[in-house]
Parts: sequence; structure tokens; C-alpha cells
Amino acid sequence: MTAKASESSESSGSVVRLSGVDKVFTRGDQVVTTALEGIDLSIARGEFISLIGPSGCGKSTLLRVIADLIEPTAGEVIVNGKPAAQARRDRDYGMVFQAPVLMDWRTVEDNVKLPLEIMGWDRARRTARAREMLHLVELDEFLGHRPFQLSGGMQQRVAIARALSFEPAILLMDEPFGALGEMTRERMNSEVLRIWEQTGTTIVFVTHSIPEAVFLSSRVVVMSPRPGRITKIVDVDLPRPRDILTRETQRYFQLVTEVREALRAGGALTTGDDELDAGGASETRTLAEGAIG
Amino acid sequence: MSAAAIPGRGRPGSAAGRWSRRIRFYLPAILVFVGGIVLWELVIRAANVSQFILPRPSGILDALRENWVGTRFPLFVSAVQTLKEALGGLLIGTVAGVLVAFAIARWVTARNVLLPVAIAVNAIPLIALAPLINAWFGLLNEMSKMVMAAVLVVFPVMANVTRGLVQVEPGALELMRSYAASEWTILRKVRVPNALPFFFTAMKIATTLALIGAVVGEYYGGQNKVLGRIIVESAAGLRFETTWAAIVLVAIAGISLYVIAVLAERVVIPWATTLEAERG
Repeated sequence: MTAKASESSESSGSVVRLSGVDKVFTRGDQVVTTALEGIDLSIARGEFISLIGPSGCGKSTLLRVIADLIEPTAGEVIVNGKPAAQARRDRDYGMVFQAPVLMDWRTVEDNVKLPLEIMGWDRARRTARAREMLHLVELDEFLGHRPFQLSGGMQQRVAIARALSFEPAILLMDEPFGALGEMTRERMNSEVLRIWEQTGTTIVFVTHSIPEAVFLSSRVVVMSPRPGRITKIVDVDLPRPRDILTRETQRYFQLVTEVREALRAGGALTTGDDELDAGGASETRTLAEGAIG
Repeated sequence: MSAAAIPGRGRPGSAAGRWSRRIRFYLPAILVFVGGIVLWELVIRAANVSQFILPRPSGILDALRENWVGTRFPLFVSAVQTLKEALGGLLIGTVAGVLVAFAIARWVTARNVLLPVAIAVNAIPLIALAPLINAWFGLLNEMSKMVMAAVLVVFPVMANVTRGLVQVEPGALELMRSYAASEWTILRKVRVPNALPFFFTAMKIATTLALIGAVVGEYYGGQNKVLGRIIVESAAGLRFETTWAAIVLVAIAGISLYVIAVLAERVVIPWATTLEAERG
């Protein structure tokens, strides 16, 4: 069955395929939350996919199901042509969390080397790759620093370098810039796009920022809370390469509105959702809410 | 993005600058210390306080010099012996504490069984056991003093190291899981380095406790050429200047052990001191 699933995912060219995935959190015999319900999603190789939704919609849970950090209650998760657990053991993905999770006792360079050490790379290759990755995220000068000596944005770039150091097929990012200020976030967005274009890695990106999702993605997966479901997938046909000016085009605003309306239709923007960063045209949001009320 | 743009990561200054900063930082403390001793000397002289109540610093110094070797209270060999007992106890207690901490961190059952017991035991003034430990391990055997010291040391070491091994950032464990890292790898790459600052915090407490254990153990009897016995016997013989001389040596030993622990911390985990400085 595994072999068949793997074949079909290869033939369809998808690097992540979820079918009928449910995740129910229980305490004892009681169902506490239905975090995910009936998730079907197929992600093609080289895609940049954003998962967006309000807090509690299960987007982070979904990312962890792909990463085999959380086991789904039901459904099938195929990652890089194999069951998610096998993909994790094969180190098929790199992960970036909201917190950079850097080790204070290691220098920046040694933090990037951490996965390579675990995977048994020899010393010379580790050093060469760590420097190459730090060059990619433009932190060459800081390789001897300690993580706590860097700014938040720089720390997150180290985390990205670390996640990409072993050339995983997939990069999973869980609200990586959620803790950063707006200016740094926009700069990091451009940075991630550049890295994505240079490396060709498939990226699955969890965010609650509509502008961020639209700017980065090839497709935006809109989720709704309680139970967490996919309500809409918005194709983002903005031309690439994208830059700051992309954020000022007509089409960009249309797509931002489309994602926002999808969120609203899914019930995301009706319940006083403070976490959801609607950004851009906030007037539209107010009008939309007024219309519902 | 230039290096200078990041707050709190300025290059350390020149060696000369560092030293002058250090002197300026410690100078007030040194002045207060020296001034206090001078004041002590002067007040005792002026008020004509009897040495039974409080001897003059110069009198204590004389007692130190006179009893350094060869008298009824040979301070030097006694200090060496007491230090040996304290260090022996420190070693035994630290090794035992660290081993138990690893067991507690590794096995949930061990945690559930040992941790409540340890916390309860830690709340007992264990020093009360000194006469019993002397009886169990032999009054004249230095091992009885080492065990007293070890008993005081083992619990703070165990508690701190356990915390360091267990209280790991949850994200770090998720990260390691994403690398399909084994428990052994997680222990080596995350838990042990995470526990090191906790270990050194424990050591700073433990050095003092080891010395307390050794000296109090000696109070309850044993061979004579140890600081604890000198303190007890010279006081009984009303030779308070000698008593004070022995107390000064215990104090110097305690401070020295503490300083060694601090220096060891700086050598082994230099990043932790930097981190503290940047956060402070």
C-alpha cells in the first residue's frame, strides 16, 4: 500500500500529499479539539505554499503533521513519495519555527552545523557547507558570534541556513517572521523568495499575515477554525521575480482582498480576530465586518 | 548590515582598558573591606574591648603566625586536612548528585520516585546528622567528614543538574525530532550543554556547603589536627585569638573554593557569562 501511494504521488509530481487527514486532540476519552478535519492537499515540487488562517485553525498542527511531529488521527500523509515518518527519518525536510531555537552554547556557524553533525557529515564538509549557507543568508561576518548577539531577524536567518544546510527537499516554516517587526518582516520575505528561487526547495509556509502569504506564495491555502478545514485555495499569479513594487500592483491588492474574503467566508474574520493581520486595505476589512454585523 | 548596528555586541576593549574598568569596579569593595578591618582594630583599641569578646585583627594575625606550625594548634596542617575533607566530600557529593540527576532526567519512574524524596530530604537540616555520620564512618576516619560534606552537596547538585537536563526549550526537542535524532544525541547535543550553567550554579553553592560539612563534622570529634577541632578546643581553652585565626582560614578556604568554581565556569562555558552580561 505504501509502495502504491508512493508511486501515485511520484506520477502526480507532488512532493507533499495529504488525503482525508483528521487530527483530534483528546483528554482521556473526551474530544478537546478537532484541530484538522478532512484535509486534502497536494503540493507540487518547487511550489511555495502558504497556510493561512486565524489562531486555532490548525495550520501549525497541519505543518507538524507533514513533519511527523504530530501523528494524524486519520488519513494519509505522503512526503517526498513516502509516509511522513519515513520522510522524517530520511531528513527530507528542514524546519524553521517561530522562535529561532538556536543553541546559545554554539556559535552561529556551529548552529548551522548541528544537523550536519547529527547526520554524520565529516568535518571539512560541515565547515564548507555551513559557510556556504551563511553566505546564502548574508551572515558571513557573523559566523563566530553567539546567537544572542544577533538581532531577531538575523537569528531567524541563521535558523533558515540551518534548515537548508542538508539540502532537504522541503522547507517547512511555522510563522517564522511572526515575532519580527513589519519592516524586518518585509525584508525577510524578499530574502526567503530569493533563497527559494536560488535553491528550488519546496516551501510550506504557515502565516497569519495576508500580505505576507500573497507576496510569497504560488498558492495560498485558506483555513478556517474549529474544526480546522481548508476552505479555499487561492492561486497567486503575480509575476516573478517579485519585489517591493509587487506589493503596490493592482493585482496584488485584488489577491489580498480575495484571500481576506475567503477567510471571512470561512468565518475567520467575523469573530473579532485580532491575530489575523489583514494589513493593506484595512477599510475593506471594516466594511466587510460591518456588512456581516 | 554593519557590526556596529547591533546593540550590546561591542568589541571587548583593549586589555589595559579592561583592567582599569575592573579596578574601578572592585575598588569600592576593596576599600570598604580594608577600611572595615582598620576600623575594627581602632575601635577595639580605643574601647579597650577584652580579647574574650573580640580580638583585634593584629592579635588574630599574631595567633596565625605563632600557630602556623608546630604548636598545640598547628594551623597549616589542620587547614590542609580540613580542605582535603571538604574536597573529598565535594567530589563524592558532586559525582553522586550528577549521576542521580541523569537517572532522574532519563527515567520518568526514577523522577517520580526520587524527586519528591529528594525535595523532602533537602528541607531537612542534614547537618544534624553529623554525630551519627561520625559514628557510622568512624570518628577518627576522615571519611566520616567527607560523607558529611557529601551529604550536604549531593542535593543541590542533583536538583540543579536535573533542572538543567529537563528544562530544555521545547522547540529544541522538536528540532531534534525533526532531525530524527536519538535520545542519546539529544542528551549530548542539547540536554548536557543546557545543564552546564545549572551545574556551575550548583558548584558555587556546593563548595561552601562542603566546607560547612567538613568543619561541623569535625566539631563533633575526630582527629585533632583539623580546623574544626582547633576552633572548638582553642575556644574551650579561652584562646580566642587562635579560634579566630582558624575561622579566618576556613573563610579563606571557602572563598578560594568559590572563586575556583567561578573561574572554572568562565573557562568551561564562557558564552554563559557573556549571555548574562548582555542580558544584565
